[in-house]
Amino acid sequence: MNRRAIRRLASNLMVGLMVLAVVLAVLPLFFILLHLVLKGASSLSWDFFTKMPVPAGETGGGVANAIVGTLIIVGTASLIGVPVGVGAGIYCAEYPHSRLTWLSRFVADVMNGTPSIVVGVFAWTWIVARQKHFSALAGSVALALLMVPMVMRTTEEMIKLVPNSLREAALALGYPRWRTSLSVVVPTTLPGIVTGTLLAVARIAGETAPLLFTALGSQYLSFRINQPMAALPLTVFTYATGPYEEWHRFAWAAALVLILVVLLLGVGARLAIGRSSVANG
Amino acid sequence: MTTATPPAHASSGAGRSRIPLSLRGAAYGDRVFNLVLICAAALIPILLGFLVYELWTGSQLAMQKFGLDFVATSVWDPVAGQFGAFPLIFGTLLSSLIALAIAVPLSLGVAIYLTEFAPRVVRQPVAFLIGLLAAIPSVVYGLWGIFVLVPLLRKTAFPFLRDVLGFLPIFQGPIYGPSMLAAGIILAIMVMPYVMSVSREVLLAVPNSQREAALALGATRWEAVVTAVLPYARSGIVGAIILGLGRALGETMAVTMLIGNRHEIAASLFAPGYTMAAAIANEFSEAATDLHFAALTYVAFLLFVLTVLVNAGARLLIWRVARGSGAGSKAL
Repeated sequence: MNRRAIRRLASNLMVGLMVLAVVLAVLPLFFILLHLVLKGASSLSWDFFTKMPVPAGETGGGVANAIVGTLIIVGTASLIGVPVGVGAGIYCAEYPHSRLTWLSRFVADVMNGTPSIVVGVFAWTWIVARQKHFSALAGSVALALLMVPMVMRTTEEMIKLVPNSLREAALALGYPRWRTSLSVVVPTTLPGIVTGTLLAVARIAGETAPLLFTALGSQYLSFRINQPMAALPLTVFTYATGPYEEWHRFAWAAALVLILVVLLLGVGARLAIGRSSVANG
Repeated sequence: MTTATPPAHASSGAGRSRIPLSLRGAAYGDRVFNLVLICAAALIPILLGFLVYELWTGSQLAMQKFGLDFVATSVWDPVAGQFGAFPLIFGTLLSSLIALAIAVPLSLGVAIYLTEFAPRVVRQPVAFLIGLLAAIPSVVYGLWGIFVLVPLLRKTAFPFLRDVLGFLPIFQGPIYGPSMLAAGIILAIMVMPYVMSVSREVLLAVPNSQREAALALGATRWEAVVTAVLPYARSGIVGAIILGLGRALGETMAVTMLIGNRHEIAASLFAPGYTMAAAIANEFSEAATDLHFAALTYVAFLLFVLTVLVNAGARLLIWRVARGSGAGSKAL
């Protein structure tokens, strides 16, 4: 009788500890978001989004160049990464038993675990070292490399969910395989693929390490993809580690903008999947 | 494209003319389509091969000069051209182990609670919230770490640890703020969502009959978890932990901002340190000599090999327990 009570007590104690673990796990999220809003929101203004950075020590200015730079770098990375990822994903789903499928899947898994800084070094030795100057394009290539495995795996998983009968129906109507793929299978899974892509974009949008010695950062507004370019994550890093109070304020505001972009992309991804006809679940 | 097959083409073979016009382009279209897909799929292994090749050739200068002694020596002097990566490797492993020591109990607690005990209504929201932690960019963790976490640790947690556990050499010495322990703590927060979500998938894959059998024998719910659920999911959970280790090893920005960046090995966790990723991040754009670049590329190569080994191990373990359920691949 007594033993039973002890056992029940132990069970309840462990459940209590687990609830404590949940609280401890959620607390950092709460505090990070809280501090971002507390310290960042007050610095957000029209100027912040539209003005250029001012020299150190002066007040005012904005991060317009970094916002434009991030859009260009991430956009270019998506232009490179998404077609490759989607194409490879379709291949892996359509030819599940091919040796190339096995190899691509394996390599994508390896790449998914590769630290982004290593990919940055690769982009440096490949592009920056060869042309002897920093380049936003090298950063885009690095980000694209990080993106490909993610896009590929979601595309593959989504296409696998398409019922075979749909494919057979199209083939029976005389569609060639490529049209079956492009106008029946892919559109059916499009919301899923869009979700995967948006999540991948959300992840690379906040990546800093691969841009450190590729895009490098810049004080000016630049549209030349093969030159150094500013980016929001780089701004956060430089300003946060810099010595000026004003810079710190800007770092918080830039981080808040970055988080909002990432979260919006995540919400967009969820909305896209909500409309999917095959991937509800 | 299919319907646009020119008539001239159609008369090329008597045998083929029985195939309807609209299908004749199909074989051609299929071939092009396949070629494009094969290119996309083949590009991935080719790029990885190229990455390994570039890192290998980029680090030749340092490899030839230092050989394998590189990983065992501790001098890092760019001016004198002496490079040894031992403190970096040590710092990488130590900060990741600190992270796991904190993150594993927490994430397992959350994962077990969410799969076995929590009321249905809170399961999805809590998992979603913790998943959000994984969406926060590394540099934002670094920012928060510099201005919120480190001042907090320096003022309260570190002195407390030194007072209570000061007899241990790891909790002695001056307190700076940026330190191995601070980096380990931020890493713990960053790694936790990964360990949690993979362990949760693994636990969800445990058949209900396991739990029912234990409960039927009179076990409390906690005893059922310990005796029937965890042993079944053991290798998958170990896989989840190793996967978290892989994440921690390669984490760059937050660690760079919090670890203090010194090429030293200190007994105290309050002392600053360095990691492989942080050294690359800090020194690469400022390196002046070819040898310095080569040494940093060598570090990148070693880091790559290390994470590949760790991730391969994790994947193997997760596949073994979650085969068929797709839990492993979905969670990654």
